[in-house]
Amino acid sequence: MANSTTAADGDGETRRDFLLLATTAAAGFGVAAVAWPFIDQMNPAADTLALGSIKVDISKVAVGQAITIKWRGRPVFIRHRTAAEIAQAKKDDTAADLKEPVPDAERAPKPEWLVMEGVCTHLGCIPVGQRTGEKKGDYGGWFCPCHGSHYDTSGRIRKGPAPANLLIPPYKFLENNQIQIG
Amino acid sequence: MASGKKPNRIVKWVDDRLPIFSFVEHHLADYPTPKNLSYWWNFGSLAGIVLVVMIVTGIVLAMHYTPHTDMAFDSVERIMRDVNYGWLLRYIHMNGGTMFFIVVYIHLFRGMYYGSYKTPRELLWWLGVIILLLMIMTAFLGYVLPWGQMSFWAATVITKLFTAIPLVGTAITEWLWGGFAVGNPTLNRFFSLHYLMPFVIVGVVLAHIWALHTSKSNNPLGIDPKGPQDTIPFHPYYTVKDNFGIGAFFVFFAAVVFFAPDFFGEPDNYIRANPLATPAHIVPEWYFLPYYAVLRALDFDIWFLEAKLLGVIALAASIFVLFLLPWLDTSKVRSGRFRPIFKWFFWIFLLDCVILGVVGGNAPDAQVFGWSKWLTYLKLGQAATAYYFAHFLIILPVLGFVEKPLPLPTSISEPVLKGGGAASAAAAAKPMEKA
Amino acid sequence: MRRLAVTLVVLAGLGAGGLAPVMVWAAGDEPHPPGRHWSFSGVFGTYDKPQLRRGLQVYREVCAACHSLRLVAYRNLAAIGLDVKAIEAIAAEKKLPGAPNDEGEATTRKALPSDKFVPPFANENAARSANNGALPPDLSLMTKARLRGPDYVYALLTGYKEEPPEGVTVPEGMYFNTYFPGHNIAMAPPISDEGVEFADKTKATVQQQAKDVVAFLQWAADPYLEDRKRMGIKVVLFLIFLTGLLYAYKRKVWAKVH
Repeated sequence: MANSTTAADGDGETRRDFLLLATTAAAGFGVAAVAWPFIDQMNPAADTLALGSIKVDISKVAVGQAITIKWRGRPVFIRHRTAAEIAQAKKDDTAADLKEPVPDAERAPKPEWLVMEGVCTHLGCIPVGQRTGEKKGDYGGWFCPCHGSHYDTSGRIRKGPAPANLLIPPYKFLENNQIQIG
Repeated sequence: MASGKKPNRIVKWVDDRLPIFSFVEHHLADYPTPKNLSYWWNFGSLAGIVLVVMIVTGIVLAMHYTPHTDMAFDSVERIMRDVNYGWLLRYIHMNGGTMFFIVVYIHLFRGMYYGSYKTPRELLWWLGVIILLLMIMTAFLGYVLPWGQMSFWAATVITKLFTAIPLVGTAITEWLWGGFAVGNPTLNRFFSLHYLMPFVIVGVVLAHIWALHTSKSNNPLGIDPKGPQDTIPFHPYYTVKDNFGIGAFFVFFAAVVFFAPDFFGEPDNYIRANPLATPAHIVPEWYFLPYYAVLRALDFDIWFLEAKLLGVIALAASIFVLFLLPWLDTSKVRSGRFRPIFKWFFWIFLLDCVILGVVGGNAPDAQVFGWSKWLTYLKLGQAATAYYFAHFLIILPVLGFVEKPLPLPTSISEPVLKGGGAASAAAAAKPMEKA
Repeated sequence: MRRLAVTLVVLAGLGAGGLAPVMVWAAGDEPHPPGRHWSFSGVFGTYDKPQLRRGLQVYREVCAACHSLRLVAYRNLAAIGLDVKAIEAIAAEKKLPGAPNDEGEATTRKALPSDKFVPPFANENAARSANNGALPPDLSLMTKARLRGPDYVYALLTGYKEEPPEGVTVPEGMYFNTYFPGHNIAMAPPISDEGVEFADKTKATVQQQAKDVVAFLQWAADPYLEDRKRMGIKVVLFLIFLTGLLYAYKRKVWAKVH
């Protein structure tokens, strides 16, 4: 402190220090409390959060068909798997080239429905294989054209640079043929 | 940075390369300030704080605002309803504008009362008036952004003023609009300029403080410090005093934001802008009401000058006359404390400004308080406008010659040491000598 | 002398501030709406949730036929005590334009809680044509868009007169209202005694319905009122405390100079 007094009484000095400490602490608390709204305002707003959870009607998706819907700004693949695809997926549970071995039952609790994010775990491109006629890759699932990642009928990475399986989002089945994602 | 303590090595390393620490020490810790400053001297730092608050809240609001006529109103309501703490940030920014003008007007009137515009502080005063002009521009631009009824119609009225300029008026106005009326191009460019102007204000504020540090602060006595016995270092004395002032001010600011956030506003601005429906009463925000009154007072032609143009000229003149103030006031005495007649005229002038404000908020043909059919707000406004200019152009110049000032103390410390103000008459003759 | 001057300035400021309501009500002979007490008024004001739910009922059964509430989302109704199922049911009553189908034709879908209240009319022309050329305004901000909004809206809803005063003629298709600017309002008296049967069995007088719908509209305009006032008490008290500390510290530092 500039200009400290020459003859400061001990009491006055410590009282000022305590007061300074208390004031600084209170002001600091105030600054932190004020800072929070400025930080929190950048978090997703209420309307964004409301769209964070959607309900999808899957009654019209026939066996062997797949739909792509948008959830939280990203594509989600919903495939109504054929018996053959399910069998193949379960057989591949023990395949040697699984980079991230996960049993199919864990990825698709209801085996005929596979719900996963359509975002390649390599660098984020959207794999093809949803529509009839599109390449499905060497394992019958999906193929990412950007750098050649191949996913199997359970959406697991089998070949190519992607490090992980296609992500399964949080979802649950509701009555009347709907699933809620998020 | 206490003197006498061994300077920190890191501090010294930085300071040798960029003398930021010694700069702060010189301008804050060592900086000599008159010891007798009253609380009227807190309002400069308050204005600085409000500027910071406005910039910070403005930047975060701009993260959510959309400057398109179809989406602006809704984006503001989204801020109020969906953005986390959006309502708080918006109310702070909205009422911060009001606070800024309250604080700056008090700061300005302080300067007028104590002669802070007199030599050697003329340029300091000019920079202040420039800041006021920039604030007026910024506030006007900002008010348009929510795209409410008042936003749109205030923008229309004010931009249309430019059509009063002979020959090039309409071309200039259409250039401002980016079209044939206030519309989307106008809103978009107003947003851009509203974001820019506060940073221009920051620059002028820095120059304002630089000029202040050159001439040093005025004080309630209006006499120069004679030596170190008359001054104290800015830090810690005025830093702690300013901090207290900021605390007290924030109590008021918070009370308004949390308990009366729409008090200073206009309900019509919660209605979406409608270019096909003019509100019954177009009123600007309260801090523009006096200028609005001056503008509307000139409702008659003089020779070839149309009323509309005269109104615009009067409006501009009402602020530009402030630039002339250092020379219009001929008194050699700075502070109103020692100018008994000037004091009265100062308070009357303040009252005149308040009257102009009330006039600006009412319809010109309405009767003042319903007293008499003859006394309309227009007539009152005309009288008040005439008096406003008379104060600057007639009263102040004459007063300097006619008034007999009170005897000035010999120095700032003297009234404290001698316990009174009884000084020789000779002291009154030299109030503005250099220290 | 100085104290007198300062007092005068403060009074002038307060006077000018107090004149604020006068300044906007300048024109017209409409009386000011009588001041009423509302649960949400004052520093400690709060909303009465059951009242808001009754007001929602009045809005939906009486007003929503003509007046939109575009800025409120169905999910916002959770704040007044409706559960997810109730909100979904209310939303699902309305249809919205959906995404184009595979042939490119327009589709409709049921409204979801995340949607905003669906307006009763597709556009302004439809609204005007259904209301003799008058446009029923959106009500999302009505209590903020009028001076002393809640008092005004209540006064308007209860201020209809069967017979206009002596010598006043009301144009065809209009109604006389004491508080509406110009007195001639295109909206027929919307509320009638027992016109709504409240779920909580409150007696649905005209005054009760008006009070409840005004409270609801105030909530629609200012959903964060309670948060704001609660936070405000904490903030202002804290700031007073902090300012006290700052003052004490200032006095301590300045003790040497004085």
